[in-house]
Parts: sequence; structure tokens; C-alpha cells
Amino acid sequence: MSEPLKTNNPVIKWVEHRLPVLSFLNETLVVYPAPRNLSYWWNFGSLAGFALVVMIITGIVLAMQYTAHVDYAFLSVERIMRDVNGGWLIRYIHMNMASFFFIVVFIHMFRGLYYGSYKAPREILWMLGVVILLLMMATAFMGYVLPWGQMSFWGATVITNLFSAIPVFGEDIVVWLWGGFSVDNPTLNRFFALHYLLPFVIVGAVVLHLWALHRFGSGNPLGIEANGPQDKIPFHPYYTVKDAFGVGVFLIAFCAFVFFAPNFLGHPDNYIPANPLVTPAHIVPEWYFLPFYAILRSVPDKLLGVVAMFASIGILFILPWLDRSPVRSAKFRPVYKWFFWLFFANCILLGWVGQEAAEGLPLILGRLATAWYFIHFLVVLPLLGVMERPKPLPVSISEPVLSGGGGLAAAAAKPMEKA
Amino acid sequence: MKKFVLTAAAAAVTLGVGLGAANAAEALKAPSKTWSFSGVFGTYDQAQLQRGYQVYKQVCASCHGMDLIAFRNLAELGYNEDEVKAIAAEYEVTDGPNEDGDMFERPARPSDYFPSPFPNAQAAAVSNGGSVPPDLSLVAKARVGGPDYLYALLTSYEDDVSEEVLQSIFETETHKREVQYAADLEAYNVRKAAYDEQVKSDPSLKEPTRPEDPGPVESVEDLGLPDTANFNAYFPGYGIAMASPLFEDAVEYSDGTPATLSNMSADVSAFMMWAAEPSMDERKQMGIKVILFLLVFTGILYAAKRKCWADVH
Repeated sequence: MSEPLKTNNPVIKWVEHRLPVLSFLNETLVVYPAPRNLSYWWNFGSLAGFALVVMIITGIVLAMQYTAHVDYAFLSVERIMRDVNGGWLIRYIHMNMASFFFIVVFIHMFRGLYYGSYKAPREILWMLGVVILLLMMATAFMGYVLPWGQMSFWGATVITNLFSAIPVFGEDIVVWLWGGFSVDNPTLNRFFALHYLLPFVIVGAVVLHLWALHRFGSGNPLGIEANGPQDKIPFHPYYTVKDAFGVGVFLIAFCAFVFFAPNFLGHPDNYIPANPLVTPAHIVPEWYFLPFYAILRSVPDKLLGVVAMFASIGILFILPWLDRSPVRSAKFRPVYKWFFWLFFANCILLGWVGQEAAEGLPLILGRLATAWYFIHFLVVLPLLGVMERPKPLPVSISEPVLSGGGGLAAAAAKPMEKA
Repeated sequence: MKKFVLTAAAAAVTLGVGLGAANAAEALKAPSKTWSFSGVFGTYDQAQLQRGYQVYKQVCASCHGMDLIAFRNLAELGYNEDEVKAIAAEYEVTDGPNEDGDMFERPARPSDYFPSPFPNAQAAAVSNGGSVPPDLSLVAKARVGGPDYLYALLTSYEDDVSEEVLQSIFETETHKREVQYAADLEAYNVRKAAYDEQVKSDPSLKEPTRPEDPGPVESVEDLGLPDTANFNAYFPGYGIAMASPLFEDAVEYSDGTPATLSNMSADVSAFMMWAAEPSMDERKQMGIKVILFLLVFTGILYAAKRKCWADVH
């Protein structure tokens, strides 16, 4: 399957003979055969990669100016905003890209849910994605602590305190996490160290994610495997140009926030320096944690709440075995399609609940939505696999209409020859 | 040191901060105002910022610090180098130690930061009835509503606020009290029923007290604010430690702008916005160029994509 890189350059040949890295890159990013029918929903994988690179580059630059000390962290961030050349731009890019990274990854995951991308033989690919999500959440949480504003401090206090729910060792674990008896300088220091480390762990997980992806190739909106070369086109130029266009559209939306509403997604309280003596009226996490925060608060028992919150992500690991339907794409699953949108709306509802005070109507809705979140995975999906009657699947990607006649196949073979 | 911090904490919690925190959940939303810096093309109005600086300097600065702003930053308000030097020189700052090991006072230079009105938070609290006046460097970004909120706050003390706003506050508060009273009464009835049942076997039980009807809120007094607090329609909880700081002709503008409460409040709010976000003009101007470039660039990419894919579709 490995195809050596064709070249006449003696230096490249010499290197390639000893370390075929260029062949590897050529295979991964240039000739990689991708289904010809990928929709724009398949842009979000490369967009997530783009966001990760932007975060790492801006983050390294910010780290050169940032001081991880409780007395200086807030001021060093303000110094970046005011006195470092272009500092405000780098910091606003980093701040907003964190949100956009999550938007992109959430869309990428809902895409996976809709088109059944997690089904055999791509279970490990999906599970690696969930690992990446968890790493992102840990990284984002610790990053939000670094400016050492009021929400940084109190968010860190609330989230680290969750671990005190663990029976017997809970309190000791929290003290160990803090490096003291409250969120303080040792906590800030280790969060900075880990916030710098974890993105590179994410890069590692992304490499594995791509490795697993390329084992069987991308899924596609029809959810059927490609039958032959007539169903595939080389990644370059087709998907490189399509992904580049996607990055352009993404950047327009992103820059609208960075340049015209840079603090829209943040919380005003984080422009108040951390004060352990004054608790903010509402401690709310960043928006991308709100659905999970809602699940946490919907359960009256602290330990069970924490378990439910982690289970809401953990359940994604076993999703490939909960969804028993042999059909991947919701296009051919008339009932699942409705449940997918219901699940999507339910997640949005949980997000809204997460930012409201946990009382009255939001609390009731939050409990119902939390219950539905788990019912969707544990009851609806297994039952649908048995009870739903899927629509007939097309024979192949190049002739998606079931009208028969292979006239298209011959014409469609052309693109792959270009490689 | 620990005792020091604890005392400060107690002071802060019991007084100024406590006022806000108790009722912080509810606050009137500040009406949005049109600023020179509103919108995509909006920029700071230097004349307004200079007037706002004058208000800050002559009124606010006696209690509120602006630690993140240096005199050199005033150049962005349109002052030239000599003017900035002259403004700085009006202040004395402590420098040193000198060759003899002594600290000494010298006139401030453009590179110096605005001096704080109080040596520390404790001194600030003592001089202000227990509340520490917040630093104003970032206040326009640290409050929901930003400059709209600051303007609404400065113009909505009891004597200045409109009757409509007052009435809407009274209605909201009356409603909240009714809801709370109904809940209290319900809880009382449950407790009373349980008491009536149990008192037969155990006569020593104490009868639960019936909650009192708080009655409607019809005046500022009915809100029951602490003595140290001043009514303000837009401050969370309505009780603010700061007394109304501005009044007609509190300053005299050199450019002839009438020093009305509204003008001064707007000017100083704009000044605080600039202090919180000095790069806003640069940011928006860069943003317009970046977005225009991206529109063209993405358009070209789309054309390239169409051309490339022409033989696939």
C-alpha cells in the first residue's frame, strides 16, 4: 500500500532511503484517497487541527510574557494587553480561539453522531476523539485559571472541589491537587505547567486519531464504504482546496469576534483580580462547559452529580456498542434522524440551564434534560438498532441513486487517475 | 499579616461588598447608549476622553485609583509630549532609595503610573466608611453593560433617577417580596401543622412564628437599605456605598461643554472605557482590513475550489 515518492532530487532520494518521512507525508496529506462525496460537515476535522495549531503558536508567544504567580499573573496579562507590541491581538486570538476550537469540535462530534462515524471499523478512531475532547477540557479549564481573575480563581475552586466528593480520599486528593489548603500559588504554577504540556499530548492524540482515520479512510454522508477507485478522489488538490476555503470562512467568523467583540464570550468578572475573600454572585464556567455543568448540578447528591458529569462524556466511549444499527448514516435511518435532532436540542437546553441559577424552572428542565441525555444513549439507541427499519442503502458512492445502470462509474473513475 | 487580612476581610464583607453580594442576583439592565466608539466603525472621541480625564482627575481620583494607567498613556488622549510632562509634574511620587539609602519625593514623570489615593486597601476602607473604592483601570470591562452601566450608575442616584425607573424597581421588589412571603407562609403552614400534631404529645414544643407580611415597596425607604448605603437604581441590590459623586458644574470644562450631570457621566464613562481597552481604535481599524482581506481571499479560494471540483461534480 505504501507508494514511494516519485522524485529526481538526489538529496530527497538520499533522505527518503533512510527515513521515508516525505513518502509518509505525501501519502497522508497528498495522495490519501478520500470519498468523493464528503460534504462541508467534513471540514471540521481539519478546522480543529487548524485551531490547535493557532492555540499552540499564540500560547507559546503568550507564555514568553506571562508570569505564573498569584501576585503578578493578572498584571502580567494586563501588561500583555497594554504594553507588549501586538499583545492584545495575540491574547484575544488565544482567548477566542479556545471558544472556537470547542465550537468546531462540537460540530465535528455531532457530525460523527449524525452520520454514524463511530461504527465498526472506526470505533478506536471515535474513542481517540473522545480522549482529545477530555484533554481539551482539562487544558481549557487550566488555561482559564491563568489570568487569575475572579472567575479564574472561583472556577478553579469549584471544579477542584468536585474531587472532594470521592469517598474516603476525597479531601486528601483535593489538597494534593491544590498543593496546599486552598487554590493558591502552587495551584497556579502547576496549572500553568500542565496548560503548557497538555496541548502537546493533544497533538500526540491527534496523530493517533489520524493514524486510525487513515486505516479505513474517512466515512461519508452515505455511510457506505467506498467500493473502488471510482468512489474516491485524492486528498490533494480536492480536499486541500476545500479545507482551505473552509478555513477562510471560519476565519471571517472568528475575526468578527476577535476584532469587534473580543470579550463577548468571556465573563466580566474575570477583569477583576482574584480575591479569595469575595465570592462572585454567580460562579459560571466558560460556555463550552455549561451542558456538563448543568448535568453536575441536576443531581442532588454531590458524588452522584460528579459521576453523572463524567459519565456524560464517558458514555461516548461505549457509544459504538450502544448503537446496534448496522446502518451508519442518519440519511437512511428515518427514526434515528428525529432522535438525533432531539438529542441536539437537548444539549442546547442543557447549555442554557447551565448558565441559570439552579432553582425553579431551570432546575426542573435540567433534570429532565439530564435524564434524556442518558436515556438517548442507554435506551433509545439500543432499541432503535432493533426496531427501526432503515431505508434501502445505495449500491455505491458513485451511483447513490438506486436506479441501477453503471454509466456514472466509468466517468467518475477519472479523478483518481489524476493522482 | 494574617490578622491584617482577616480584619480587612471582615470589614469588606460586613460593609460595602456585603451590600452588593446579598442581592447581587438582581439588577436593572442598563439601557444601551450610543457612544462615539459604538459599532464596527466607532472610535474614541479624544475631546470627550480629555473631558472624562478631567472629571476623573478632579472628582473620582480622590478615592479611586487607576493603577494600570501611566501618564505616558495620556498621549493617546491627544495631549502632546510637553502637556503629558506637565500633567505628570503636578504629582509627587516616592522614589529611591538614593545614594544615602533614603526614599525621596520627586515630581512624577510620564513613565510613572497614576498615584493611588490611598496607601493600601485598609486606609481606603477607613476613609470610606468601610468600603474599598474599586480601582477604575478595568471597571468598564469588569461590569456587565460596561460603559452603559457606568453611565446609568452615575446618573441614577435617588435625586436624579426618573420616576418610571423608580416605579419599575418598586414593582419588581414588591413582586419579589410577595413571592418570598407566599413561600415563607407555605413553609410556615407546614411547620404549624406538624407542630399542632406534635404539641399534643409534647407540650414543651415552641410554636413556630408566623412570617410577617412585608407589604409593598412604595418608596426608597421601603427597600430597607443599610444606613451606610445610598440608593442607586442600577447598582446590584440598589445600595451603593459611594455617595452621589457628580453634580451640575462639578467641574469646569475648558472647551465650553456644559458640565451637566449627563455630560460629565458620559465623558468619564468613555474615559474609563478607554482606560480598560486602550487598543480599541487600533483593533477595530485592523479588524476592518482583516475582514475585507479575508472576504476577498476566501472568495478566491471558493473560485479555486469550484474550478478544481468541476470535473468531479
